[in-house]
Amino acid sequence: MPSSAIEIENLTKEYPFGFLHLKKKTSLEGLNMQVETGEVFGFIGPNGAGKSTTIKLLMRLIFPTAGSARILGKPISDVEMHREIGYLPEQPYFYDHLTAAEMLGYFARFQDLAAADRKDRVQRMLKKVGLDTAHKIQLRKYSKGMLQRVGLAQAILHDPKVVILDEPMSGLDPLGRREVRDIILELKRDGKTVMFSTHILSDAEMLCDRVGVIVGGRLRGVGAPGTLVDMKTQGMEILFELRGASNAPLLSKATRTGACYRLHVAEEELYAAIEQLRGAGARILSVSQVKATLEEFFLNLVGADRAQASAVEVSGK
Amino acid sequence: MRRAGVVALNTFREAVRDRVLYSLVFFALLMMAAAVAVGQVSIGIEQTVIVSLGLSAISVIGVLISVFIGVALVSKEMDKRTLYALLAKPVRRWEFLLGKFGGLVLTLAVNTAAMALGLLLVMLYVKHSLERSDAVVLVAVYFILLKLALIVALALLFSCFTTPLLAILFTVGLYIVGLYVQELRDLPVEVMSPAMAAFTKWLSRLLPNFENFNVMAMAAHGRAVPGALILQNTLYAVVYCTIVLTAAAVVFSRRNLK
Ligand SMILES: Nc1ncnc2c1ncn2[C@@H]1O[C@H](COP(=O)(O)OP(=O)(O)OP(=O)(O)O)[C@@H](O)[C@H]1O
Ligand SMILES: [Mg+2]
Repeated sequence: MPSSAIEIENLTKEYPFGFLHLKKKTSLEGLNMQVETGEVFGFIGPNGAGKSTTIKLLMRLIFPTAGSARILGKPISDVEMHREIGYLPEQPYFYDHLTAAEMLGYFARFQDLAAADRKDRVQRMLKKVGLDTAHKIQLRKYSKGMLQRVGLAQAILHDPKVVILDEPMSGLDPLGRREVRDIILELKRDGKTVMFSTHILSDAEMLCDRVGVIVGGRLRGVGAPGTLVDMKTQGMEILFELRGASNAPLLSKATRTGACYRLHVAEEELYAAIEQLRGAGARILSVSQVKATLEEFFLNLVGADRAQASAVEVSGK
Repeated sequence: MRRAGVVALNTFREAVRDRVLYSLVFFALLMMAAAVAVGQVSIGIEQTVIVSLGLSAISVIGVLISVFIGVALVSKEMDKRTLYALLAKPVRRWEFLLGKFGGLVLTLAVNTAAMALGLLLVMLYVKHSLERSDAVVLVAVYFILLKLALIVALALLFSCFTTPLLAILFTVGLYIVGLYVQELRDLPVEVMSPAMAAFTKWLSRLLPNFENFNVMAMAAHGRAVPGALILQNTLYAVVYCTIVLTAAAVVFSRRNLK
């Protein structure tokens, strides 16, 4: 068994456009990436970065200009290999005329499951995604979040080894997002490989063993969420309450909300600051470390990209 | 093949739920009106009128369904993106296409059979009895069904590489041309330049010939259709559909979904 569940080699997608399709827009440029067996891999990037393009290439919904990919050691053109894959499309939409249970039953028929097993699974999946009460309603009457849930159900219905989800949290309420997170963790516990795209960095940080950051069709970094950013503590934050006036010098640096204050200090000044605040009669509520987050890494990359793009524009004139 | 069957059954279910079979109500009303009208005016020509009218209605209703739903079969799934999740399943694109074709042909078969039954009932009502020669009506209906399958295949092919509207126009255009292919074959090639003659000959072979499927005149007068024609039309439809569907599969298998 190969160690990488998904291997992507030099995957490139260009879309021709304009008069006679002479111009080309590169949506994905020489992507090289592996997703290891049993890991949860987050694929993050801003809108239009090429996340969906990559996933659709993997699913053979679109075809690459160059490059190749293998899933579970098989080339992606291998239809039988698709038994082992679950896929949730971006903004999923399903047959209007079917109910959720019928739709899942229809998809299950492609998977060589015995009829009794099929029915049983469909019921279990609907329950798992919280649709067991709505399964008799035709899908045309489903809300966006409900469609997203059915979409997730059809992706994991046949117990696939590799699950690829394109923005699984989009359109879900907070409870739904929690449920999806739980489902992803459960898949991981069962030894499945999960790759999902998202713009929600906290989800990626919370769930992923590794993330890949893609911006402008190019992969900018792959690694554990913690290693991508400089994890050196960037100071401490003190939260305190102060009733009545005081002339402690630090107070001028704090941000105030009602009787609560928030103060950012360097690590080595922490104890001195606490002394001073206590002397002024403040009640310390919490002290926490300030760390660089994935978000900052991400924003830096995107920011640099924008700056570069505008620089190119200027020099192009 | 089994997977194509799964797609076909879903397509059939979709057509039924989209109320395609309601066309039967229209047909029933038309035939009842015709039966009453014929009963009042004509003596001796009931057979001709009822059969011509019934077969025409069966054909027109079938052609409309074939063209419009045939074009929508694939383009609607691409448009609404219902295809995405499906094509990620272990199913090949040509299996999907074949299933879609099979599903609509099944729908048309059920619909057409029901209308044929209705027609026989009306004939029984106006003539008070049915004879063996009336079986020719069933042959005519069978030919209509073959023709419809051919139209569905063409609609499917066009919808694989162009917009739904253009696909409808192409299909209807080709159908109309196909009704007059015989005229093309009968053109006086002797007066043309050799190149022109060759071109005309090839074109008349290439275009679908829908004229052969029309045996309405024979049916209306209760004349038997020769067995050779039944065989020829069946073969023609099977071969032509296979070629058109293969072309559609080739186009569709390379297509990038948006
Ligand atoms: N059919 C198409 N024709 C032309 N360009 C396309 C097509 N599909 C996608 N693109 C382009 O490819 C780029 C990447 O798109 P993609 O859908 O992969 O982004 P994404 O990372 O999934 O973004 P989002 O977070 O908004 O879903 C975009 O710039 C988009 O305009
Ligand atoms: Mg996307």
